[in-house]
Amino acid sequence: MIQTTYREAMREAIRTAMQDDPGTFLMGEDVGHYGGCYAVSKGLLKEFGPQRIRDTPLSESGFTGAGIGAAIGGMRPIVEIMTCNFSLLALDQIMNNAATIRHMSGGQFTVPLVIRMATGGGRQLGAQHSHSLEGWYAHIPGLRILAPATIEDARGMLAPALADPDPVLIFENALLYNDAGEIPDEVSVDIDHAAIRREGSDISLITYGGSLGKSLAAAETLEGEGISAEVLDLRVLRPLDDAAILVSVAKTRRAVIVDEGWRSGSLSAEIAMRIMEGGFWTLDAPIARVCSAEVPMPYARHLEEAAMPGTAQIVAAARQILGR
Amino acid sequence: MPSLGADMEAGTLVEWMRQPGDEVTYGDIIAVVETDKGAIEVEVFEDGRIDRILVEPGTKVPVGTPLAEIVGAGQAPHAEAAGEPVPNPASAPPPEVTKPAAAPPAPTTLLRASPAARSLAAEQGIDLGTITGTGPSGEIRRADVEAAEQPAMHPSGPDLAPMRRAIAAAMERSKREIPHYYLTHTMDVSGPQSWLEHYNSGHPPAERILLGALLVKASALALRVFPEFNGFYEQGHHAPSDAIHVGLAIAIRGGGLAAPAIHDTDTLPLGELMVKMRDLVGRVRKGGFRSSEVSDPTVTVSALGDRGVEALLPVIYPPQVAIIGFGTPLPRAWAVGDAVAVRTVLSASLAADHRVSDGHRGALFLRRIEELLQRPEAL
Repeated sequence: MIQTTYREAMREAIRTAMQDDPGTFLMGEDVGHYGGCYAVSKGLLKEFGPQRIRDTPLSESGFTGAGIGAAIGGMRPIVEIMTCNFSLLALDQIMNNAATIRHMSGGQFTVPLVIRMATGGGRQLGAQHSHSLEGWYAHIPGLRILAPATIEDARGMLAPALADPDPVLIFENALLYNDAGEIPDEVSVDIDHAAIRREGSDISLITYGGSLGKSLAAAETLEGEGISAEVLDLRVLRPLDDAAILVSVAKTRRAVIVDEGWRSGSLSAEIAMRIMEGGFWTLDAPIARVCSAEVPMPYARHLEEAAMPGTAQIVAAARQILGR
Repeated sequence: MPSLGADMEAGTLVEWMRQPGDEVTYGDIIAVVETDKGAIEVEVFEDGRIDRILVEPGTKVPVGTPLAEIVGAGQAPHAEAAGEPVPNPASAPPPEVTKPAAAPPAPTTLLRASPAARSLAAEQGIDLGTITGTGPSGEIRRADVEAAEQPAMHPSGPDLAPMRRAIAAAMERSKREIPHYYLTHTMDVSGPQSWLEHYNSGHPPAERILLGALLVKASALALRVFPEFNGFYEQGHHAPSDAIHVGLAIAIRGGGLAAPAIHDTDTLPLGELMVKMRDLVGRVRKGGFRSSEVSDPTVTVSALGDRGVEALLPVIYPPQVAIIGFGTPLPRAWAVGDAVAVRTVLSASLAADHRVSDGHRGALFLRRIEELLQRPEAL
């Protein structure tokens, strides 16, 4: 076992990928000399040199487009975008090029690109650096959307993402970087399936990314009240692992979906609808959601905390459904 | 939901025998409904095609609630796509052309039950209306259905507890509202019995006729000339019925009683009447009779048969106005002319509604039955 952190695990994943494939390189704002805005790539410039750890201008559209071109040309680029709010500057490249070129070229070109970006609030960075937009990207056919919520997934998801012939977006919740824990010496994970992080029989807490820890804490609290909560970590937001969701809900007959995105038109809405389509007759209670308040993320700490899904809200939603 | 008796307030749709798109004609059995009287097959009163189903199996709805929509020949189907049944009767649109003149739609209340509870209840044949929910707002959840230990009603036979309640309600009402008078008359049935023996010796067992058929037929024919014993007492006056649908009181094994109709009894030849009586008794004991059989009787006959006692004083089934009882035929020392002979005699009784008729007419009516019985070949 290795004692490590989410940040170090991600760095190790990049390092291994660079070592394994000379066509892999990292590109983004401040990834080189500064070591990455979240210090994920610290030390990699010294190890791999400026040809493969490339600092870019502040031009998300430009360097994301360059990454797409490199991927079409046979490279395996990793593009880092500081936060998903900034990725909107590159949305045209991501949606109109990366996600469509295989389709529009009749399969002649593929885009084996990985884009990593930080997501989520909770760090008092204000409304332009704190949103959770992975649900928007999960709307787009042609992309695979990953949300590593554990250190093991931070270590293990990059390799299969790079091996995927199509574009993969990895959303790293910035609150997770300091998470510390043990992982196996050799990590091998898939990028297809959701994972049950805690077994339970009374209610399913369906979540991903930065809300996994809160959901596990909620399950712990609920157990003290005699409620057995199952926690399902979606891991892959597109394509959704419908089967895992429906199996869990068929067992518990109740679900709370915890999604840091805004509620209206959100990923949580999509999951709830899939449960309706595939599991209606197994339900014993209405589905509940815990999402972010529909406001630009506040700067003030107490307001930011109030705006984001919290353990207490998840516990309350579960109690409400169960009538306890 | 048809009214299958004056005391019926609601029924549970158990099963659809026909589906949307099916052509139906008058008298077809389209659904099975569970009532306090047991499972009853619902007949349709319209020719046409089932357009869409409005009530799902397992749902309990008040009398008057539309169960399905039927479009007649040449009519356009409902504007909305026919398809999924509507689980919530409160949202069902008003009927268009489908219902016979019956009770107006009663106000409905939303039955709150989770999909999992509905699914299990349907699987187990459990009526959700009998379950108390324990959900946050009193809704029925799966655990509540699991906890409800209720025997399946159909097709394993009628559920007797609700039937007991139905009988209690009807008899209470009868004794509270109807001023009964009773007449009895003992008649010699040796003649008809020997006629029956002779008739039956020439027929295979399946075609043989029992004394009960003679009694029912004689009663029905007598009613033709005594209309005050046929029909219903409603809203302060007697509504005689042109048709004579004799309700046959049939005991159910394990307890309980039903008296469904044999339609147009007075017009049926004896052989046919016997076939219908056998069929009805068999079906009632399995808990499967039809809606019109339950709602239509205009009078009731209660015959104790071979294993009963000498006489009975029956209670009228409201809103009917009379009930005719026949005791067990017994050998008795009987005056024949100047001598005493052993004859088979039968005690006939009449309980009638004094608001509608008087004892003088009742006596003539019983005498008329006796006369008819003495000429069985004419029945």
